[in-house]
Amino acid sequence: MIEVHREICAYCGCCVSVCPEGALELVDAYLDIDTNTCKNCGICVRVCPLGALEAKK
Amino acid sequence: MKREYDVLVVGGGPGGAFAAKTFAEKGYSVLLTEKRPAIGAPVRCAEGVGKALMHEFFKPEDRWVAAEIEKANIIAPDGFKMELEPEKAGAEVGYVLHRKVFDRDLVWMAAGAGADIQVKTRAVTPIMEDGAVKGAILNQGGIAHEVRAGLTIAADGVESKFARWCGVDTTVPLREMETCAQYLMTGIDIDAHATEFYVGNNIAPGGYVWIFPKGDKTANVGIGVGGDRCKPGNRPIDYLNRFVARNFPNGKAIELIAGGVSICQPLPCTVANNLMIVGDAARVSDPLTGGGIYAALYTGKLAGDVGSMAIEKGDTSAQALMPYDETWRASYLGKALERNYQIKEVFVKLNDDDLNAIVHSVSKMNLSDFNTLNLIKNIIAANPKLAIKLGKAGLKSLLDSF
Ligand SMILES: Cc1cc2nc3c(=O)[nH]c(=O)nc-3n(C[C@H](O)[C@H](O)[C@H](O)COP(=O)(O)OP(=O)(O)OC[C@H]3O[C@@H](n4cnc5c(N)ncnc54)[C@H](O)[C@@H]3O)c2cc1C
Ligand code: SF4
Ligand code: SF4
Repeated sequence: MIEVHREICAYCGCCVSVCPEGALELVDAYLDIDTNTCKNCGICVRVCPLGALEAKK
Repeated sequence: MKREYDVLVVGGGPGGAFAAKTFAEKGYSVLLTEKRPAIGAPVRCAEGVGKALMHEFFKPEDRWVAAEIEKANIIAPDGFKMELEPEKAGAEVGYVLHRKVFDRDLVWMAAGAGADIQVKTRAVTPIMEDGAVKGAILNQGGIAHEVRAGLTIAADGVESKFARWCGVDTTVPLREMETCAQYLMTGIDIDAHATEFYVGNNIAPGGYVWIFPKGDKTANVGIGVGGDRCKPGNRPIDYLNRFVARNFPNGKAIELIAGGVSICQPLPCTVANNLMIVGDAARVSDPLTGGGIYAALYTGKLAGDVGSMAIEKGDTSAQALMPYDETWRASYLGKALERNYQIKEVFVKLNDDDLNAIVHSVSKMNLSDFNTLNLIKNIIAANPKLAIKLGKAGLKSLLDSF
């Protein structure tokens, strides 16, 4: 499960561009994760410039 | 509300705005849709652009320009500063823009030319029929509606989801995503007419720190780091905070910017049936510098020119739109992207000793006949170890790209 820390996220779209599954979508300032398509690969967690994403067991 | 247009443009950045303006000027009905409530905000940019490149399209309005740049300084990992004076170096001088104003003015121009504009309206799904794009479903204020169009322009920036929904793989590999953080800082002691670039693996691995002045004592101070080099505690924001604490302990950050720039190759094909992909969405930002304003303007306008001809002839199939793809690839832009991609592939592998050696040797060169090829030849001659590191294949691909 990928968790978005909304207090940290600055809705920049960097993570959206690297997600191989297209599971992320920026709805203006709200980062939405489609948990049905997310494969928990963790790429988005690595790329975030602010560290707003966390992989949870 | 109108539900049918000749052209639908997804995204209101420079690429989308310039495409919309171009189509509207040629008399086509255009809808530009932007998901954010305000054009150009938050900013996702360091706002630097070459003067000569800008002048290809317009003489900038005073209100777009925060600062005029006369020279660049490159700072090596060991702290050695090299000055690149453009008059000597032959390199172009530049502007640092106010993108909030610039981007909005471009959309304003598109509206003035006749394009309809909808903000806070997100394209959520393309309408696909018989393998061709026929417009999109837009969500405006929570209500979804169909907008049909003969031709759709994907200008949705680095996220590039629209083309992906149409079946084009736009995913950027982690190592080719430059992940960025930036402060707009004030109260800092800087040269208001010089840009500064700091390189080094402890400063910005796989990238650089930039200082782009925006007037007296004020600048965009930002950093890009290679996506694969980013780790907890060593993310762009961490590197940036350390840099600022060291260099501008008394500066005040009045804006925080996050963002990503792709430094990969452009998409293998930037058209599909009834679809053209422009700007960052097409992955045409510069892999070495991360600059993409010019590329967005250039491809946006070109899409407008080529797309208009295709509509006029009644054929907007991928094949009929191919001249767009072929033209930008053969242009100054396409060639610069190819060359800078090869240079970038070398740059990201350099250690601090290599970087120090390069900056020192360049500073000693006579740059009267400055061009990138000469520069590289000189660097390699001065640093034979570097040539060994690149290997035959690396050297060849680098030199072939000129
Ligand atoms: C930190 C940073 C620093 C940079 N510094 C520079 C620099 O100094 N010089 C330079 O030349 N370039 C720089 N760039 C790159 C530059 O910002 C981009 O190349 C440029 O903005 C690309 O323009 P565009 O029109 O393609 O996309 P954008 O300007 O990103 O515009 C895309 C628009 O589409 C909208 N959108 C996305 N999805 C949808 C949807 N589904 N529906 C509706 N709207 C949508 C977005 O909200 C956005 O407004 C930098 C980038 C970053 C991140
Ligand atoms: S990369 Fe980070 S800051 Fe940017 S949208 Fe994704 S989670 Fe938010
Ligand atoms: S974990 Fe992987 S699949 Fe899931 S949202 Fe992040 S990048 Fe996409």
